[in-house]
Amino acid sequence: MKVSLLKIISFCLVIFTIVVFFIALNIDNRYSTENIVGKKIDNFKIKFLSHDQTFENKDLSNDKYNLINVWASWCLPCKKEHPILMELSKEKNINLIGINFKDKKNNANKFLKDLGNPYNIILSDKDGISSISFGVFGVPETILVNTKQIIIKKFIGPLDTNDYKNILSIIHEK
Amino acid sequence: MKNKFLIIILLIFNIKLNANENTGVDTKIFKNLRCLVCQGQTIAESNSDFAQTIKIVVRDKISQGSNEKEIYEFLSEKYGEWIVYKPKFNYLNSFLWISPYIVLILGGYLIFKYFRKRRQ
Repeated sequence: MKVSLLKIISFCLVIFTIVVFFIALNIDNRYSTENIVGKKIDNFKIKFLSHDQTFENKDLSNDKYNLINVWASWCLPCKKEHPILMELSKEKNINLIGINFKDKKNNANKFLKDLGNPYNIILSDKDGISSISFGVFGVPETILVNTKQIIIKKFIGPLDTNDYKNILSIIHEK
Repeated sequence: MKNKFLIIILLIFNIKLNANENTGVDTKIFKNLRCLVCQGQTIAESNSDFAQTIKIVVRDKISQGSNEKEIYEFLSEKYGEWIVYKPKFNYLNSFLWISPYIVLILGGYLIFKYFRKRRQ
């Protein structure tokens, strides 16, 4: 039986369309952190919350892990993750850097006064522009940077006990 | 005096033209960037906090002399290629770019063949 070329092509096109739809519908299009993890941290210059001097990437600790946490006093999930940060602040080989995001200085200070200050360094990104360098699109977000200034983990949303255990296992890894 | 006046007018017009040109580039970029915190909106359409920040960053980059491609590369590096609506041509999506042309050529061939058969 002779099968016409038109039928073969039509059949192939139908199969192709099904395959394309099947693959495309199964792709996870949500924002992922895979692009930033494994890369060296970008050059940044952010003002301190308490004074006008700036903190740069070269000021990051070279003998400890740096945990950069982006937070704001108006952010409820930040309150939720705060006890985790307080626990992490007890660890010796981690340097906690808090970037106060689009916030008022008074509100930020009140937040830390009420809930405790887990940070070694507190910076202020009033307009949110500097946080773009860390791929931040909301608060809270946390980035774990190793001693070579390579981003090894990024946490979107509030840190939970699993993240806490994960961070501990990384920083205690020999 | 007349000449000076003419030069001033031309200068103002030129500055205005440049300003318009700059606005055009940033709007073009905003329209091709996805608002990651919105439902199917571009950065140009969205009034979200994230979109406003990205707009400032894009304008800063333009004023620093970055071109469209460099801005897309910078943002893709931070947020992944997902932030750009028009996908970059690479080996993974090359078929996506080429397939319309293949379909067009194939379709043309089939139509040509069909009409030739009918004529015979």
